[in-house]
Amino acid sequence: MAKASRRKLFKFGAAAGGALVAASARAATAATAPAGPLSDPWGHSLGAGVDDRPYGQPSKYEKDAIRRYVPWLAQSPQADASFTPLQDQPGIITANGFFFERYHAGRVSVNPAEWRLMIMGLVEKPLLLTLDDLKRFPSVSRTHFLECPANGATEWPAAQLNSLQYTHGLIACAEWTGVKLSTLLKEVGLKPNGKWLLAEGGDGSHLTRSVPIEKALDDCIVAWGQNGEALRPEQGYPVRLIVPGWQGNQMVKWLRRLEIGTDPWYTHEETASYTELLPNGKALGFTWVAEAKSVISFPCPEKPLTGGPGNYEIRGFAWTGRGKIKAVDVSFDGGVNYSRAALQEPVLDKCMTRFTIPWHWDGKPALIQSRAVDETGYVQPTIAEARAIMGTAPVYLNNSIQTWQVLADGSVNNVQLG
Amino acid sequence: MSSSAKIWASIIVSGLMLGTTAHAAEPGSYGVGATPTSDQIAQWSIAIKPDGSNLPPGSGTVSQGADIYGNECAACHGTFGEGAAAYPKLAGGVGTLKTQKLKTVGSFWPYAPILYDYINRAMPFYAPRSLTSNQVYAISAYILNLNNIVPDDFVANAKTLAAVKMPNRDGFIFKDPRPLTHDVECMSHCADAKALVITSDASKAGITPKTTGPVDNMQGSSAK
Ligand code: HEC
Repeated sequence: MAKASRRKLFKFGAAAGGALVAASARAATAATAPAGPLSDPWGHSLGAGVDDRPYGQPSKYEKDAIRRYVPWLAQSPQADASFTPLQDQPGIITANGFFFERYHAGRVSVNPAEWRLMIMGLVEKPLLLTLDDLKRFPSVSRTHFLECPANGATEWPAAQLNSLQYTHGLIACAEWTGVKLSTLLKEVGLKPNGKWLLAEGGDGSHLTRSVPIEKALDDCIVAWGQNGEALRPEQGYPVRLIVPGWQGNQMVKWLRRLEIGTDPWYTHEETASYTELLPNGKALGFTWVAEAKSVISFPCPEKPLTGGPGNYEIRGFAWTGRGKIKAVDVSFDGGVNYSRAALQEPVLDKCMTRFTIPWHWDGKPALIQSRAVDETGYVQPTIAEARAIMGTAPVYLNNSIQTWQVLADGSVNNVQLG
Repeated sequence: MSSSAKIWASIIVSGLMLGTTAHAAEPGSYGVGATPTSDQIAQWSIAIKPDGSNLPPGSGTVSQGADIYGNECAACHGTFGEGAAAYPKLAGGVGTLKTQKLKTVGSFWPYAPILYDYINRAMPFYAPRSLTSNQVYAISAYILNLNNIVPDDFVANAKTLAAVKMPNRDGFIFKDPRPLTHDVECMSHCADAKALVITSDASKAGITPKTTGPVDNMQGSSAK
């Protein structure tokens, strides 16, 4: 299977012959390169004008770079998730069309003219805002990742999905623009016993989550902008809550109401779901922070090593809900030895961080891993360590080290080590 | 000062004044947005607390609930809460939380008023917010009865729902114990190279949807 896919990949270069593979990569490229500028059709014709694509689209050659879902994970596509194609994400920003989806009652279409935000409960002055009202408040733009706590859920019992997208794609990172929640809470005036905030969505699930007031006053954003445009419907157009570094489920989409109360509401989404059953039968709730995690995005099962032995750059992403990434270490031998990777600027708070490390591949099978360390000193654990605590059948909180097995033909598989 | 500099200066001054106003402690001082009426607040306020506070007036019986549930819910959740297709099961599973982990209203949910809250906000799946309070009370009574938590003659209302003790009421720890590991950043000889074995390999599992071409819904011909 790995061989067949390699042959497919080699189709474009037509360099699959045994002799050429043995030759240097440079020679192979020269021998099989297309004729060059003299015959490039794009250099001998007129391109399209400014009038045919009022909203831009990716190149038609990028059509494999799309969100995908795992059909056997849920009964209904309206209560399901799709995954970010991380293998096609070059930098720390996730393109809005790549951004993973998670719906509990489908993707609704909210008319911004009819949208309202109610702020009520234990406040001095309850407030009902239109979108125009909201946009009159002082605003901020911050870049933060957003991860579903079930990212990696299928990999708890064993290596199951042979893909970066399906094992790690319940994360994305965007620049969010909006009003700090603290700005709005100052305007309504918290009563002294107002210790918790409830955020409620306006879609059919009317999803609710409780947020302690310290976090609400710290860095949360009531956001309407996403990566240079209005929030996408997938992300809760016109307005969603951003709770930086915490569970994606708390970042309520299609936000319609904020209520201040004395205690948590213990909603369906923080009791019946988004809690983790431990081996002793007790369930862990309020596990808000996303712990440090990292993964190599090149190579990976979707992006094998196609050029034979020689020099490559290993690339990947790291993130932590506890602040900034301090270091990422890469192993080429299954976690026996590690080398420090370079962190690419900017390294931001509660944001995806990109790492790179050069690799001279000798053509032999290898087990490659990345391991994140965050600014609290926390070190990303192995799957064996995580399982020893959580058991083999949890759903959430899998932040363990990913192992990719590189085979001699350059193909890459998702494996777990014991 | 040139006239344009004067204009700029006055803009800066008014900006500063605005800024001062915005940061004043007085609630409402920014002055943007409407003050909702108490009627509006009541209409928006659908969140129920675990102690039953904010449950509306009304009531419903187990047998009324059986009828409504049969029409509105059974197609997806099964007549007896056993679940149809892969839709969630609503009954059973008591005593399985350590082993098979069958999480249902009966085996897992800690608070009965939250059952009312959830049905009222999110179900039926295709038509949320379409049921009356009496209907939601009745369905809540039926689901609790399916789980043998309340008797056949139970009448659900704001008071009786709040008084129900769910089997798993004390089954939650709402205090995050993480971080659960405290590793140091080992750089060399971190594991025994000779002892390393591959315990699982996803390329052999055969359950990965396609990662190239159109979205793969894993339904044979349409996957092409
Ligand atoms: C069209 C199918 C469908 C119908 C009809 C339906 N549901 Fe649901 N129900 C779902 C889905 C899908 C979910 C999971 C939603 C999610 O993932 O957030 C769900 C979740 C639930 C849950 C939460 C289960 C848990 O343990 O988390 C309850 C309770 C529930 N439904 C009750 C009802 C009731 C009561 C009705 C009738 C008034 C109803 N449902 C009608 C599809 C349906």
